[in-house]
Parts: sequence; structure tokens; C-alpha cells
Amino acid sequence: CSELCSSMNKRLCEKQIWKNWWVRGLFTLAMITFFFFIIYLGPMVLMMIVLCVQIKCFHEIIMIGYSVYHSYDLPWFRTLSWYFLLCVNYFFYGETVTDYFFTLVQREEPLRILSKYHRFISFALYLTGFCMFVLSLVKKHYRLQFYMFGWTHVTLLIVVTQSHLIIHNLFEGMIWFIVPISCVICNDIMAYMFGFFFGRTPLIKLSPKKTWEGFIGGFFATIVFGIVLSYFMSGYRYFVCPVEFNNDSNSFQVDCQPPELFQLQEYTLPSVLESVTGWTTVHLYPFQIHSVALSSFASIMGPFGGFFASGFKRAFKIKDFANTIPGHGGIMDRFDCQYLMATFVNVYIASFIRGPNPSKVIQQLLALRPDQQLHIFNSLKAHLVEKGLLPALEGAAA
Amino acid sequence: VSCSERNNQKQWKNYWIRGVLSLAMISGFFLIIYMGPIALIFVMCVQIKCFQEIITIGYRVYHSYHLPWFRTLSWYFLVCVNYFFYGETVVDYFGALVQREEPLQFLARYHRFISFALYLAGFCMFVLSLVKKHYRLQFYMFAWTHVTLLIVVTQSHLVIQNLFEGMIWFIVPISIVICNDIMAYLFGFFFGRTPLIKLSPKKTWEGFIGGYFGTVIFGFILAFLLSQFQHFVCPVEFNSETNSFAVECEPSDIFVVHEYTLPAVLQNTLRWKTVNLYPFQIHSIFLSSFASLIGPFGGFFASGFKRAFKIKDFANTIPGHGGIMDRFDCQYLMATFVHVYITSFIRGPNPSKVLQQLLKLQPEQQLNIFHSLHAHLRDRGMLAPEA
Repeated sequence: CSELCSSMNKRLCEKQIWKNWWVRGLFTLAMITFFFFIIYLGPMVLMMIVLCVQIKCFHEIIMIGYSVYHSYDLPWFRTLSWYFLLCVNYFFYGETVTDYFFTLVQREEPLRILSKYHRFISFALYLTGFCMFVLSLVKKHYRLQFYMFGWTHVTLLIVVTQSHLIIHNLFEGMIWFIVPISCVICNDIMAYMFGFFFGRTPLIKLSPKKTWEGFIGGFFATIVFGIVLSYFMSGYRYFVCPVEFNNDSNSFQVDCQPPELFQLQEYTLPSVLESVTGWTTVHLYPFQIHSVALSSFASIMGPFGGFFASGFKRAFKIKDFANTIPGHGGIMDRFDCQYLMATFVNVYIASFIRGPNPSKVIQQLLALRPDQQLHIFNSLKAHLVEKGLLPALEGAAA
Repeated sequence: VSCSERNNQKQWKNYWIRGVLSLAMISGFFLIIYMGPIALIFVMCVQIKCFQEIITIGYRVYHSYHLPWFRTLSWYFLVCVNYFFYGETVVDYFGALVQREEPLQFLARYHRFISFALYLAGFCMFVLSLVKKHYRLQFYMFAWTHVTLLIVVTQSHLVIQNLFEGMIWFIVPISIVICNDIMAYLFGFFFGRTPLIKLSPKKTWEGFIGGYFGTVIFGFILAFLLSQFQHFVCPVEFNSETNSFAVECEPSDIFVVHEYTLPAVLQNTLRWKTVNLYPFQIHSIFLSSFASLIGPFGGFFASGFKRAFKIKDFANTIPGHGGIMDRFDCQYLMATFVHVYITSFIRGPNPSKVLQQLLKLQPEQQLNIFHSLHAHLRDRGMLAPEA
């Protein structure tokens, strides 16, 4: 501050800096409150919010592209970017709807056709955009147009695919949506606090404000926060149950028998911890152990997403992605660390937690030929009998 | 006079070289088909060469050949994405082999996680390699690499998926695109007058339309010829006992001759009432139409790309033709189209994959599905009703 204030009244300068902090702090609280509010409102609203955030992030990045290439007046290009956004969203939302709303889709005739030929329709829509791009190529602007085409596609790859991974996480159970996002936010705040109070050794040249003390302090604090938060949330069905669409009431419902992951289990502490804490066993939700993995990723890899965004901003000489949120910059500034986290959570769930989606399996089963269905039926029956889930005497196969 | 004579000679020499190499490539294509599903390796090699060509162009455009780490990173990302896709293919199609070998089983189970971890390692290396003066260039090359991967690698894997569906789904689309290229060129050469699009001044409407009809007829005949052989028509399977590919099956419905009643219009002109066709021949008309009508847009895209970056050809690998990418630019759209076509209109899901997923579900879910399936099969009369 002293260097900045050389030409200004020192007290005025300090006041300005405190005012910035005040605005920043206020908006941080506002965003966190908003986050809790939309969780309260439920899955449908969350999906809408994710969609809105995605559109805004896409818009911000595309605007940067335009300002970098001075290509705001390229013929057709704004239309084409939004068109591609629409196509890719149509494709992903269609896949989600087909997977999770299977019975609803089977009921309505137009939806059934759209879902059966979904990939073909999406591909045809995309091709139309592709052909329009080729037809819009203008002699003097070839290179710019290809750059913007590439820019649009990379943005779609980053922004849209990952917003859909977030939605898949959401359907797995709202806890898989809330805990990761909270861990990233917590890591941001904790790393900042630790850096503010104890920070001395710079972390990486790319972001000179980050320090090793902030990094390590943030790591431990986030793990503790994650464990505590998952303890609180694992007790409520609302957060823990997969989101399902009830065809009769035409609404989302979140009700189920909590899976094993969210039931208290007794773990024997290793002898080291036993002597330290004086407990022999501890009651934990298995999910809390998973949360350690999630928090670790958020603290260690999440910052790389932030560094990537910082590098990007330096590369294109911009201070913030946009000026949407006072004191914080654009929506993208808040979400840059979230993207890697969303992908990680999705891969984590697919690899370690969840099996395949049962309604999707039924869907595929019903699409098979009858003889294949029969073959699978017999294999499944043999498997279930073996496992003791079916009495061995129940009916003989035709 | 001597100058124009020499020019003529040079032009004929060019045509000669171009013609000879066309024949060489087509013969190479037949050889690969003969060798069977080993065409997989061919697809892999083409993919690597195309990737290399496009990345080299990127380096030249941005004068970024000496960027720290970048060559390593591009090839690393190529290996990662290929590992991901090949892993998914191996898990799907070589299920029995994977279940046998313990390390393979582990790799298959956590495949997505391992692929993601590998990709992340590359991502972190990129972030750590950012150098103060070269930020913008590095981001450009990062994006360039990713777009290239998106185009080249994903679509070479779609080609491989098509191949596993049956070699006919690999051969017919590629042949149709080649035929359309050649036919459009010949029709344009002999009859061409009206230019088609400013982007490619050598293309003409006569070539376009003539190529369309020529390709439809060619596709129709080729489909007829190939549909008779099990070698082409059957899905490629991996036989775990003999550890080799097996191409043997009961040909599916679309490769069995059906009798079709001609519509009245054609009945009058041809004086045939019915005609015996393979249903696949009708599908081939759609494939040919796509290759002739939309395929060229892939070619225009590549032409625009070359003009944008002021290059004549992608590379100089094939004399008279340019780089590998020059020969394969129209194929990419076709491969994606064939894949989408198959999944939408032809094939159902893979039964062994469905069974695999079934066995991974929770027991209650399995029971639920068992009962639903039981009811479904009973309704259809495939199972005797319960006493």
C-alpha cells in the first residue's frame, strides 16, 4: 500500500483498500447465502442455476475471444457461437433426460421419438452449424474465423461438458453437489486467510499472491471442514438420496433407503491414533472418508485450475473475466477452480462409488432383440439364484 | 514454344504421378482389408500422422517450435486420449480376455480414473510450464492441441467402432468417399463449367451432381458385392480361446436378401414387379448421399483452413497428393455420420456390455430389473406364464 499511496493521501488510500475489502466480503457472504437458498429450493432450481452459470461463463469467454481478435463484427459469428452452444446443450440435456426421466419419456410420444433418434438429431443440428460456418467463410477473414471456431469449441469443451458433469453429480445425490463446491470455496477462503496472516514463501510465479503457508494451511483446514460438513449432511435423506423423477406426481423426489455409504459404521483406530486420542473405535460415515479424498483434490489440484485461469488472464492481458460481481470479477472468476473439481467428482463416483444407472440398463435391455433378452434373463437368473436372492425353485425358463 | 511444351509435359507428369499414387493407395487399401481387422493398426498410424501434420502447422503458424515442453506435452496428450479411448474399446469388446488377466482387470475397473489422472498430470505440467513471455503462445498451442485431438482422435475411434460392427461398415463408407472424390473430379474435368463455391474454385456443380449419382450407383453395387461374404458382414469378435479375431456369425437381417415390390412408377419403366435386394443396399444410398452432399463440406473446411494459414498442403508425405490429412479430410465427417447412423438406426446396445452392467448393480436393483424383464418377456410370449 505504501508504494501505491506515494502520490495520494495515505489515509484516503487505506480507506479505499478497506472499502474494497468490505465490498468483497459482503459479496462473498451474499453468494454463500444465495448458495444455501438455492439448495433449499431443490434440484430443479439447481439445474436451472447451473444452466445459467454455464451460459454466463460461455458468454464471458467468448467476449474475451472477440476482444482478443477484434472480431466482434465477423459475419455470422455471434449467431454461430450461440447456435453451437445450443446444439451441445441439446445433446447433453437430451442424454440426461433420456437416462433419468426414462418412464416419462416412454409415455409421451414426441419425446419417445426424440429420444430414440437423439444422437442423430443432435448430429444433424451440429452439422447444420458446421455447414453454415463453411458457407460463411469470407475471403479476408479466414484466419480469424477459424480462430473463433476453435475458440468456441474449446470453450464448449470446458464449460458445457463440465456443467453437465455437475448435473450428473447432482442426480447422484445433492451431497455430491454441495460438498465438492463447498470444499473448493472453503479452500479458497482458508488459503486466503492463512496466506494473509502467515504468508511468506511465494508458491508460483504465475500467481504472486499465493503462498506455501496459505496452500498448506488451506489443505488441512479444508480437510477438517470437509469431514465436519459431510458429518452434518450425511444424516439427512434430502441430501443423501439420489434425485429421482416421480412420474405420478411429475416432480422430483428425494426419498430412499440411505445407501451403506451414509450409514454410521464403527471403525477401529490404528494404534497410533489410539494412544493419542484415547479412543479405541470411532463412529464415522464412510462418506466422511471419501470426503477426505475430495478435500485433498480440492486443495491440491483445484489451485491448478486457478493458475490456469490466471495464466489465461495474463496471456490475454485482462484483469478479470468480466465485471459482473463487484470485487470479484466475472462468474468465471468464481468458478475456475470448480471445473476440475466437478470432473474429478464425476470420475470418482463412476470409479469408486456408483454402479451403472439402473434405469439406463433397463432401457438398453428393452432395446435388445428378444433372443438376446432371453439369454440375459437366464444369465441374470442363474446369478441371482447363486447369490441366494432368488429361491432356486422359482419357475423354469421357457 | 519450348516453354509451353515443357509446361504441358510437367502437367502430364503431375497427372501421371497423381494417378500412380492413387492406384497405389487404393491397392494398399485392399491389402489392408485382406489382412482383416489388423486395419486397426492402420487407423492408428493414420491418426498419429494426421495429428503430427496439424500440430506442425500450428508450430509454424505461431513460430512456437521452441516453446519449452510443448512438443512433449502435445504427444503426451495424444497418448492420454488414445489410452482412454482404446481402453474403453478393449473393455467393451475384449471383455472375456480382460476378465482373465488380473492386471487388465484392475486397469479396466478403474479405467476412467486412471485416464483422468494421466490427463491431469499433463494439465498440471502445462500450468507449471507457463513461461512469462510466452503465455499467449502457450495457451494457443494448448487449444490447438485440444481441437486437433477432438477432431482427429475421437473420429479415428469412431472408425474403429464402425469396424467392429462389421468390416463392411468400414470399407463401404471409405470407398464411397474415395469414389465421390474421383467421380466429382472426372465429371468436373470433362463437363465442368459452373463453379460451386468461392472457397474451392476447382469444384464445379457438374462435378458435384455427377459425382452424386456416380457415387450412389457405385455404393449400391459395392454393397451388393460385399453383403454376400460373412467376412465383411459379421461383427468382429475376439475369440479368447484362440486369442485372435473371429469374423463368423449368422448374418443379421440387413444382409439377407429381401424381396421388395417396386413402386408403380418404376414398375412401368422397368417391367419388373419385384426386385431382390439386400436392405443394406438401401442404407448404402443414404451413406452415399451423405458422402456426396455433406462430405464436400469437410473438404471445404480443410481448404478454408489451408487458405487461412496460407499453406498449400497439410504436408508433403504423398507426392502429388500432399499430406495424409489431405486425403482424409472428407473421411472424418463420414466416419462420425456412419457411427451415428449405426447407433440410431441399425444396432441395438451390445448385449455382453448390458449383462456386464447388470452384474455391477446392487442386488435390490438386480431383483427389480429381473422382475421387470420377466414381466416383459412373459407379455411377449417368450416365457411360459407362471403357474
